[in-house]
Parts: sequence; C-alpha cells; structure tokens
Amino acid sequence: MAILEVNNIKKSFAKCEVLKGITFSLEKGEVLSIIGSSGSGKTTLLRCLNFLEFAEEGTISVNGNQIFDGKHFEKIKETEIRENRLHFGLVFQSFNLFPQYNVLENVVLAPNLLKRDTAENNQKRALDLLKRVGLSDKIDYYPCQLSGGQQQRVAIARALALDPDILCFDEPTSALDPELTGEVLKVIKGLKSKDSTMIIVTHEMEFAKSVSDKVIFMADGVIEEMGTPEEIFQNPKSQKTRNFLNKSLEQF
Amino acid sequence: MTFEIVTQELLHGFWQNCEVFALTLLMAIPLGLVVTFGSMSKFKPLSALTKVFVWVIRGTPLMLQLFVVLYVPGLVFGVPMRNRMMAALIAFVINYSCYFSEIYRGGIEGVSKGQYEAGQVLGMTKSQIFFKVVLMQVIKRIVPPMSNEIITLVKDTSLARIIAVGEILMAAERYAGKGVIWPLFYTGVYFLLFNGILTLLFGFIEKKLDYYRG
Repeated sequence: MAILEVNNIKKSFAKCEVLKGITFSLEKGEVLSIIGSSGSGKTTLLRCLNFLEFAEEGTISVNGNQIFDGKHFEKIKETEIRENRLHFGLVFQSFNLFPQYNVLENVVLAPNLLKRDTAENNQKRALDLLKRVGLSDKIDYYPCQLSGGQQQRVAIARALALDPDILCFDEPTSALDPELTGEVLKVIKGLKSKDSTMIIVTHEMEFAKSVSDKVIFMADGVIEEMGTPEEIFQNPKSQKTRNFLNKSLEQF
Repeated sequence: MTFEIVTQELLHGFWQNCEVFALTLLMAIPLGLVVTFGSMSKFKPLSALTKVFVWVIRGTPLMLQLFVVLYVPGLVFGVPMRNRMMAALIAFVINYSCYFSEIYRGGIEGVSKGQYEAGQVLGMTKSQIFFKVVLMQVIKRIVPPMSNEIITLVKDTSLARIIAVGEILMAAERYAGKGVIWPLFYTGVYFLLFNGILTLLFGFIEKKLDYYRG
C-alpha cells in the first residue's frame, strides 16, 4: 500500500492557477525528487502537502487514510490540521531556525511542547539526531554562530525529531554557497533508508539523479513527466523535459 | 530656604512623577498589546476602529488629553472627576498604550513569516508559536524603540502639572512665585538622574539579549 497518495490537487492564487491537477503516489522508503523551472508549482505542491496552503480540489491520503479533501477544506478544524501536518516534515529553503534557541533547544522544542515523550527521552533522541547530521559538537551554539550548511543540518534534525512519515525538502540547498551544498546533500542522502520516505524539491540535477527512486518533472502546474531517474534523465519523452534538462546541464 | 529643604521639597514632588511613571508603565505595557491585537485584527471593523482611535490619540497633544479626561466626565456625564491624579493616570495610560501598540505592531510584523511556518509544520498551536517562538524575537526588536518612549514618559510626567497634580515642576514653580528661580532649573537634575539609571538598565537589557541575532 502506498504511504502517500496525492490525487488531482488543484490550487490557485487569485486568478492564477498554480497547480492544475497533480496526481502521484509514493511507497514507503521511496525518495521522490521534484524538478522543474521556477514558477512551475513545485514549492506550492510541498506547501499543500504540509497544509501551509490548502488545495481547492483533490485529496491527500497517508497510509491509506484520507487526511485531506479539497471539498471540505474550509471546515477542517485547527486541531485536525495540526495533527495531519505531523504526517509530514518540512525543511525550508531558508532554514527558519528559531534564533533565540541554541541548536539542541531548536530540536527539542516541538517534541517537548507536543509532549512526545519525557523531556529526558526527547533530549536523548535530539542528541542522536544531531549526531546523525554531524553536529554533536555544536549543540549549544546559536543559529547565528553557524554556517548556512550547519543551520540547514540542524533544521533537518529538527524536522526528524517529530518522526514524520514523509519528510519534505523545499530546495534545501538553494540558499547555500556552493561549497556548503555538498555537506547538506550528503546528510540527506545518508537519511535514505527503507523506513524514510522523502520528497525533495531541488535544482541539483546530479543529486536528484543519484538519490531518487522516482523523479517528477513539473511544468506550468502539471506533472509533465514522471519516472525513474534513468527514464527522466537519460530518455526523457517530453520535449519540455528535454529542454529543461539541456538548459540546466548547460556549461558556461 | 536652604539647599536641603529645596531638595526635599522637590523630591517630594518628584515622587508624584515617579508614581505617574510607574503606574502608567504597569498598565500601558499590557494594554498596548491589546490595542495591537485590535489594530492587527482580521475583523475589519475592529481594526479600523482601533486605527482611528490610535490616530486621534497620537494626533492630539497629551496636554489636551489631560484636560479632556479632567473636564469631560463632569461636563458631559455630570460626574466630575475629583481625583486629579486619577485623571492624569487615565490620560497617560491611554496615550502611551497607543504609542506602545505601534511599537509592538512593528516588532510583530518584523518577525518573518518563516518563523510562523516553521512552528506550524512542527505541529505547534497558535499560542505556542506566539509565546515560544515569536515573542522573544519581538521583545528583542522593541527594546530600543521602547526605551526611547519610556524615557520620553519620564519627562512627560511633568505635564500632569497642567491639571494641578503636585509634581516636581509645580513644586519648583512655588519657589519661582516667591522670586527664587534656581529650584526650577535644579529639577533637571532629578530627571537626568532618573533617566541615567533607565539608560543603564536598557543598555543592560539590550546586552542580555545580544546573544542571538534575528
């Protein structure tokens, strides 16, 4: 059974239709990369999955349970939205760490507020996660004392601390200097396992090629092409995909 | 008329200034937040009404507002305001709540949308996001403009003299009426000392909050 089923998601801002019916599904442990030019709706799709935006049409199911239906979105209660959000984690392009808290506090804040476990266990788990992203020696640093790459790794640990079913990344390296991109991508790649399902919106084509089980190419609010990395990158069927890939691989 | 006696008399008057100052702060700081929520409300009539109110209060002299609070209850409602200190306090609290509310609003709007969204995707409730994520960042932002406003308040307390609250300038004027002018200038020392202490305090707070940026 698919861990995530997204069916015919539509979303407009004012008169502009950004998502024109997006349908895909994802199996547990799969990594999905979403590529496409700016304005194609990639980020909006992620934001709809995390309920930062609400799709006007379409359904979202996790583990076979429908958690969202665009028909009733005005009636959903705040508490329900909050519970449903927890199926997903989101790592932002701009990190959005809480500046007044140190690294460890950033990671344990939500688990403690949500009373996920005892404070002691939450902290133990946070320390494990920080070790996994390679920041054990920085737990009492404040975000302003860290590099962008380190901040993003903290943000990844923070998202993992709530143990989401599906972890989403919204262009996780776009705000980083090229020399810091690698460390973050390495961490994301290291998370790949049979239990962790991930959706990554990215402009790093080489990374998408090597980490994904499935790739979606989006253009103008629709899925132009979907397939394995080999299918998309080696034998793209659509002309739009070919054009996009040629442009992004262009050397100067 | 020795220096000691004048010093004591003025101190006695300055105590009234301190009272107005402390009570105004105590009430205007929380009340300002209420005004902020009013002006930032998504319910349009409420935010419009609050904005008009803030415009009236910020757009007219505090001195005029003191007169209004003192005389209007008696003239319009037939219940004269007998307690002058009370009248002064009401005018000050309303006036400063409006100024504080604008500072708070600036502070709240200055916190990036990403901070709210980060809290949301981590499953926090609205109030958890406000109190655990946003508030500390707002406080850091508003300390410099608030210290400005609070120092202005110290000096504005002498305006209470206009409705005959026996504050320090009124005490000094009594000497001036008898032809002794220096106590009037001497009052400046009290304000300077008080604001000196406040300046040190705000500097200390800013330094305390300096451990993070953003």
